[in-house]
Amino acid sequence: MDLSYGQETEDYRKEVKTFLTANWPLAGDEAKMPREDGARLFRERAISEGYLCRNIPKQYGGSEQSADALRGQVIREEFGKARAPMEPRGIGTMMLVPTLLDRGEEWQKEKFVGPTIRGEINWCQGYSEPGSGSDLASLMTKGELDGDDWVINGQKIWTSGAQRADYMFCLVRTEPDEKKHAGISYLLIDMKTKGIDVRPLRQMTGSSEFNEVFLNDVRTPKDWIVGKRGEGWLVSRTTLKHERNSIGNAAQSLGLLSGLVSLAKSRKIDGQPAIEDPGVRRELVRIEGYIRAHQYSGFLQTSKGLKDENAGIIAMMNKLNSTNIGHKVAHLAMEILGDDGLGAPLAAGLGTGTAGSSTANWLSQYMGSLGIAIAGGTANVQRNVIAERGLGLPRDMAANRSK
Amino acid sequence: MDFDLSDEQRLLQETVAQFIDNECPPARLRELFDDEVGYDPVLWKGLAELGLAGIHLPGEYGGSELEILDLAVVAETLGSLAAPVPYLSHSLASLAISLAGNADQQGRWLPGLASGDALATVALAEEDAGWLPEAWKMAAGETITGTKEIVEFGEHADLFVVGLAGGRFGVVERNASGVEIQRVEGADRTRRIARVNFENTPIEMLNEGGDEVAARVRDVGLVLISADAFGGATKLVEMSVEYAKNREQFGVTIGHFQALKHQLANMAVEIEPTRALYWYAAHALDHVPEESERVAAIAKSHITERYQQVARDATEAHGGIGFTWEGDTQIWFKRAMFDRVFMGTPRVHQNRAAELADW
Ligand SMILES: Cc1cc2nc3c(=O)[nH]c(=O)nc-3n(C[C@H](O)[C@H](O)[C@H](O)COP(=O)(O)OP(=O)(O)OC[C@H]3O[C@@H](n4cnc5c(N)ncnc54)[C@H](O)[C@@H]3O)c2cc1C
Repeated sequence: MDLSYGQETEDYRKEVKTFLTANWPLAGDEAKMPREDGARLFRERAISEGYLCRNIPKQYGGSEQSADALRGQVIREEFGKARAPMEPRGIGTMMLVPTLLDRGEEWQKEKFVGPTIRGEINWCQGYSEPGSGSDLASLMTKGELDGDDWVINGQKIWTSGAQRADYMFCLVRTEPDEKKHAGISYLLIDMKTKGIDVRPLRQMTGSSEFNEVFLNDVRTPKDWIVGKRGEGWLVSRTTLKHERNSIGNAAQSLGLLSGLVSLAKSRKIDGQPAIEDPGVRRELVRIEGYIRAHQYSGFLQTSKGLKDENAGIIAMMNKLNSTNIGHKVAHLAMEILGDDGLGAPLAAGLGTGTAGSSTANWLSQYMGSLGIAIAGGTANVQRNVIAERGLGLPRDMAANRSK
Repeated sequence: MDFDLSDEQRLLQETVAQFIDNECPPARLRELFDDEVGYDPVLWKGLAELGLAGIHLPGEYGGSELEILDLAVVAETLGSLAAPVPYLSHSLASLAISLAGNADQQGRWLPGLASGDALATVALAEEDAGWLPEAWKMAAGETITGTKEIVEFGEHADLFVVGLAGGRFGVVERNASGVEIQRVEGADRTRRIARVNFENTPIEMLNEGGDEVAARVRDVGLVLISADAFGGATKLVEMSVEYAKNREQFGVTIGHFQALKHQLANMAVEIEPTRALYWYAAHALDHVPEESERVAAIAKSHITERYQQVARDATEAHGGIGFTWEGDTQIWFKRAMFDRVFMGTPRVHQNRAAELADW
């Protein structure tokens, strides 16, 4: 067991620090640029020095560094400390880009990867449909080839960020005669195309992050398909794996814990600071136990990855661990909030007078943690995966029947 | 960066598992469990001959000078096999002597403890769950008087390392005057316990090492129990999954039923991540001194709580057989009860971890 990164990596850390000192925050006139423009400029420099988009080839706008998990970790740590921008966090960078690099045609990579990682274009994920959630492969949105175009008809739902997206990657049934999973293709669509109607859905928090997307004779070019016809299910598995990894990151849980501690310091229970309440203190430690177990399990998975070894069942648990931690955090936050626990969350904009305060933020977390539990495969679906693939229990009887 | 066990550590675990499989197979475990005395000196001596009694002790006295993580991975394996051996308290007692004993004392006691010729235990807790060094009231001196509770294998030990006021340690030999040992019936019959009364009993103080000794013995104890709890809980998950793959109801194996599958998945999700937590806590005791004390407290409280819950779930997952004395789950269920209490309940260590936090 060795938790040090080694001399070579520590030398590398110094280089990263030197770069950051010189380049972030921006200085002089550049400091006056609008936030997003400034971040873009900084990212360009960080990419040209090999600090961002490391696994993306240079020809597509990345910095094409050889895979080195430790250097990646050092960069995250140092950029984090300096609060410097990393790659844009959207669904495009996290899910579409890896999928394209894995399965895309040359021209697709050239056209989409660079602008996506530079944050110039935004994506949304059109998978779920009203009748197809956990049983995603039952989806019915239809795609038919007509001349040089796919013509798409159907409806997507819960599509996060569709109202801001330039493009959508989506799953469409193109081979109606094939079996369930083999009838699906992975298509890309320009969101400005005629026939797309995006209708925001109001979430329980009051904001409208996700949408319904109606597709009515929407045309997308024949070659805007990733993988072959009927391979969409397999192609989408690459994407989902990336989604679950990004949702199962312990850094977010650690952030929640320090937020909870600040909340407990700022609020009172029975006239005393909440942080002095024995029940609150023990629950904080209990939650920290879960988070540390999750965090160190991440170390273990990284180490296994470095050695090209399989991490085993733990790798299937990341999303459920984060979900479980999110629930516990939500409960304790409510306990600390006391009677303010019936207030409206931040995003509701109902003029309750709490908007922007930490109370409203925590009310958002109280609800938002459920979004995390549901999105990207519900907790029950995660349990199915753990039980079947992890513990080797028999496949679901109902799922087996619905071929 | 390699947050993983070494090949040597894996081999160590395999060796121990194989030895227990041979020398204390389930039928023998059952015999010892039901036995009145419940201690097998030959089994323990055999483990000691593999080097397990001296993993952490200095080489000059027959030890292997390895790290706390090495001690802990063995505790995991023993926990997973519910081995009825005095590994925990013997290790802590010899650790105290190696840290606080002078050269003469070390030379006198450690060789026998490393070879397994002598058995030692720790006598720490006083009434009202006084497990922690700062709670020990028994006065140090030429002789001691008072009572120690929950002394593991107290009926069988040759040496008692006794925790005394001020967080100090002294050694009492079993046949010293004024020692009275009472058997206490604990639920866990793989680790027998006793109450030990001392009445003007001569004691030899261990005076080296300073204040840190008692803290280190405490923290190593917490980590060894964490490892034992992880091993035991993981075994219960395995047993429950195995059972679900074999037991049939409604014409299929019960592992087909999603309700049960989800219960089993939840058990796995509760315990599997704690492997890395106990590793880190053990590693920290040798390499991350700034947080080792707090992480040990978090690990002990967290993993023994998880063990307790997994043990309840495993019992349910076995149906009626889970509720019997015949069935095996109860053996681990009761080890979970022991691990939860020994060296302080989760509550005690959650409170400590909160005190130690930089909140
Ligand atoms: C905040 C948020 C953002 C989202 N963003 C997107 C997006 O950008 N793009 C997109 O395509 N989708 C998105 N989704 C949709 C999400 O992927 C689905 O909601 C999810 O897969 C569940 O599908 P469903 O809503 O149809 O629920 P259902 O599948 O109907 O599930 C309802 C309940 O039944 C349970 N259940 C279903 N099947 C099983 C089974 N086999 N075993 C046990 N229990 C079962 C579920 O666990 C759940 O508790 C988002 C969802 C949320 C909440």
